[in-house]
Amino acid sequence: MTENRMGTRQVELEVLRYNPETDQEPKFQRFTVPCVNEWCVLDALNYLKDNLDSTLSYRWSCHMQVCGSCGMMINGEPKLACKAMLRDYAGVIRVEPLSHFPIERDLVSVADDFMAKLKRVKPYLIPGEKRTLADGEYKQTPAQLERYKKYAMCINCMLCYAACPEYGLTPKFIGPAAISLAHRYNQDSRDGGRDERQEEIATSEGVWECTFVGACSDVCPKHVDPASALQQVKVASTVDWYLEHFMSWVKK
Amino acid sequence: METIQADVAIIGAGGAGLRAAIALAQADPKLRIALVSKVYPMRSHTCAAEGGAAGVIKADDSMKQHFDDTVGGGDWMCDQDAVEYFIHEAPKELTQLEHWGCPWNREADGSVAVRPFGGMKIQRTWFAADKSGFHILHTLFQTSLQFPNIQRYDEFFATDLLVDDGRCQGFTAIEMRSGQMRCFRAGAVIIAGGGAGRMFPFNTNGAIKTGDGMAMAYRAGVPLKDMEFVQYHPTGLPNTGTLLTEACRGEGGVLLNKDNYRFLQDYGMGPETPVGKPQLKTMELGPRDRVSQSIWHEIQKGRAVKTPWGDCVWLDLRHLGEKKINERLPFVRDICISYLGIDPVKEMVPIRPVVHYMMGGIHTDTRAATTLPGLFAAGECACVSINGANRLGSNSLVEILVFGHRAGLSALEHARSMGPGNDAALTAQADDAQAKIRALFLRKPGKESISGLRKEMTDTMEEGAGIYRTQEGLDKTCDKLSDLRRRYGDVALNDKTNVYNTDLLSALELGSMLDCAEAVAVSGRERKESRGAHQRIDFTARDDDKYLRHSMAYYNGLLPPRIDYRDVVITTSPPGVRDYSGAKK
Amino acid sequence: MSRRPYVREVPRTTWFFKHPRYMRYMAREVTCIFIGIYTVILLVGLARLSEGPAQYEGFLEALRQPGSVLFHLLALAFSLYNTFTWFNVAPKALPVQVGDEHWPDSVVSGGHYVVWVGLSLFIRFWAGVL
Repeated sequence: MTENRMGTRQVELEVLRYNPETDQEPKFQRFTVPCVNEWCVLDALNYLKDNLDSTLSYRWSCHMQVCGSCGMMINGEPKLACKAMLRDYAGVIRVEPLSHFPIERDLVSVADDFMAKLKRVKPYLIPGEKRTLADGEYKQTPAQLERYKKYAMCINCMLCYAACPEYGLTPKFIGPAAISLAHRYNQDSRDGGRDERQEEIATSEGVWECTFVGACSDVCPKHVDPASALQQVKVASTVDWYLEHFMSWVKK
Repeated sequence: METIQADVAIIGAGGAGLRAAIALAQADPKLRIALVSKVYPMRSHTCAAEGGAAGVIKADDSMKQHFDDTVGGGDWMCDQDAVEYFIHEAPKELTQLEHWGCPWNREADGSVAVRPFGGMKIQRTWFAADKSGFHILHTLFQTSLQFPNIQRYDEFFATDLLVDDGRCQGFTAIEMRSGQMRCFRAGAVIIAGGGAGRMFPFNTNGAIKTGDGMAMAYRAGVPLKDMEFVQYHPTGLPNTGTLLTEACRGEGGVLLNKDNYRFLQDYGMGPETPVGKPQLKTMELGPRDRVSQSIWHEIQKGRAVKTPWGDCVWLDLRHLGEKKINERLPFVRDICISYLGIDPVKEMVPIRPVVHYMMGGIHTDTRAATTLPGLFAAGECACVSINGANRLGSNSLVEILVFGHRAGLSALEHARSMGPGNDAALTAQADDAQAKIRALFLRKPGKESISGLRKEMTDTMEEGAGIYRTQEGLDKTCDKLSDLRRRYGDVALNDKTNVYNTDLLSALELGSMLDCAEAVAVSGRERKESRGAHQRIDFTARDDDKYLRHSMAYYNGLLPPRIDYRDVVITTSPPGVRDYSGAKK
Repeated sequence: MSRRPYVREVPRTTWFFKHPRYMRYMAREVTCIFIGIYTVILLVGLARLSEGPAQYEGFLEALRQPGSVLFHLLALAFSLYNTFTWFNVAPKALPVQVGDEHWPDSVVSGGHYVVWVGLSLFIRFWAGVL
């Protein structure tokens, strides 16, 4: 709780602006924002919108790193603006909408593609064994929970898509977050839907488009480790293939 | 204007809205369900709830005990018929979520684990580490993806209800990406738009919690009930207001003043219990209103910890150890490190009470029906009322499920009984709604700014309608809000374009907040007693004779709301003394 | 008056210069070429061996040329880089969970190094070098 944290500093923000109704293409606009040292980039943007230019558009809500709204490129790195602390930046801070997504307006990107992909991988429990409410809960041990818990932490912020060069080059790639969520259900002891999901994700548009750059896991604000999920799906799908072609008598 | 026809349309896609949509989709696969939200469903503020969700499941617990905890916790302002329904549905809803894949924490034998929570006499709070709301929201959202008849309209900002023939038949909404107005027509409408905590300067709420749903119903003539009851959560980060879950104390965290002295026993919540051995329903596990008020008193007595962000007290978690904190409270640790630079494993965390939740909201009955036929409401925007004058932590995550579900079924029943509406009348109303937005664009820039008015509103709410209130303060705040609502008419937009115009949305949100804020302040001014979260310095006692009644605020144009009253439903538990002294039995 | 989403094209040939992370990835991928060439050389050596002692001696002589030595040093360095980078990400593909907990990444990648060293020693022993 040093005074330094409460001190102020002028922060130079370079924000990519784009209004489809007035601009041919995006261009940077420079703002000088008086900031408190302990602020995050989102606080600086909020100050900017409230005091300097109310026409700036961006998404935000929770300011606690869980709603996933405020993903943007900050100095070229995909970040949650509420998790990018000013204390970690010197000099000009460059803010752009997430890479690899079309820009709707200013820092707002078009999320349609991600939403469609998420739906496509069936990220919901397809019960292995049906239970009624009267039967009570499924038993699931802490060890069984541990098998998928990490992958259930995805907040759908799309930072991993902005980091993934494969997605940038080949937009049909289903991508890190959606496949990780499919893997999350595949790993769940209550689930019996793996075969259905594999049809979507163990394909050339699915995990086999991934070349394991690992950028997704580097930028994930929730330590979901999508790269791990995708490699595990690859290993499992390879085992499936061998079992099917050489050991067809073995039940998966 | 493009018209979208649905059987049932839902405003808000957080926990309550999603639960309603799923209930409808399961009830009839042919039903056309429009799920409309100003954000993508997973951005809804349900995701920020941390601690857990209460439901009776363990052998040592009973419905009666959950009922008693809830009614006493609510200072007898709860409608007891609603509480009874709620308590009985709670375990079913939580089990249903488990069947949909919610990653609840588990006991070693694989059964669902429960944790202690404030004001609860028995451990009954189901939890998923300290991200319970997040997991509930994502489980519901992901489950909803399997129903093709749930048609989502993400990032559509609802503006006005369409009411004709004495019933609600739809609403207008702005498609944010194009700026175009759409008309949603439906046999029934459910509002699940969340709370309005952003009317206060220091709050745990996300930016989206601006009371749009409450204000929309209010402007259509539906009363807002018990708006004066605003919950302060005891443990917010002093700089950002970020929530540190009650589970911090449930797991054994303690509160200390500047002298490292535990003080809750001095405010009727003792005797002191041993550190690291929390006892249910006493000391740090008292209810939120009492704990927050005790912190306020402790600060008034000059025993505050002085910090750059103002007066605080300490939350000490260190004795829990790194392993337990990582397992049970990992998010709390992350947040403290991010925003305060303090690791709770090694240091005490300064905290102060922060606006968290609106007990009040759109008046509904136990069927989630409002006074306007065809309009239903559930979740924080509604007041059914199970929370009374003070909500117990971990009841609201269940409320969104129980009454989201109920609202879905009630809306379906209503929609099926209704014939088609009057096209001409409804189209004319939609055109009026559009004209209002157009007028905003045409207004000449004046001297009022959105952020300026918002700041004046939040400041006056804290000054006059905060944790402790007086007649003088409330009068001032009511006058100020009247003035602000008048000046709101002079707000002009700087952004006159269509695509994703957040300047426009901020203006509309400010309008919603001002309406709700006035309902809070005027209802508070009229309640001359202290009860639960509504504490008056000039009327310190509870007054059951006069005020064991719900306040009902009716919209009155630019004038302050008309306040009426409605009896509290008492079935089995007559008003009694709230006892949080653990030693007494 | 309406939407016009702006698409930023990713440059197809120079994208990896945009971020050091992508450069490291390309380095990992490119270094495998040297392992490939080295494997071809090994196969050529086997073929020469089958053709007789003189041919094999000629092959060994070629290996002693400065250019060849340089290439082998380079290939060694690159194959070590390739190996280390892959072993370090191995825990992602093969996480090991025992009971309620996952093994730390260092244990999984450490296991790879142990097996690598063990196998190398075994082959040398089997080939009679040790």
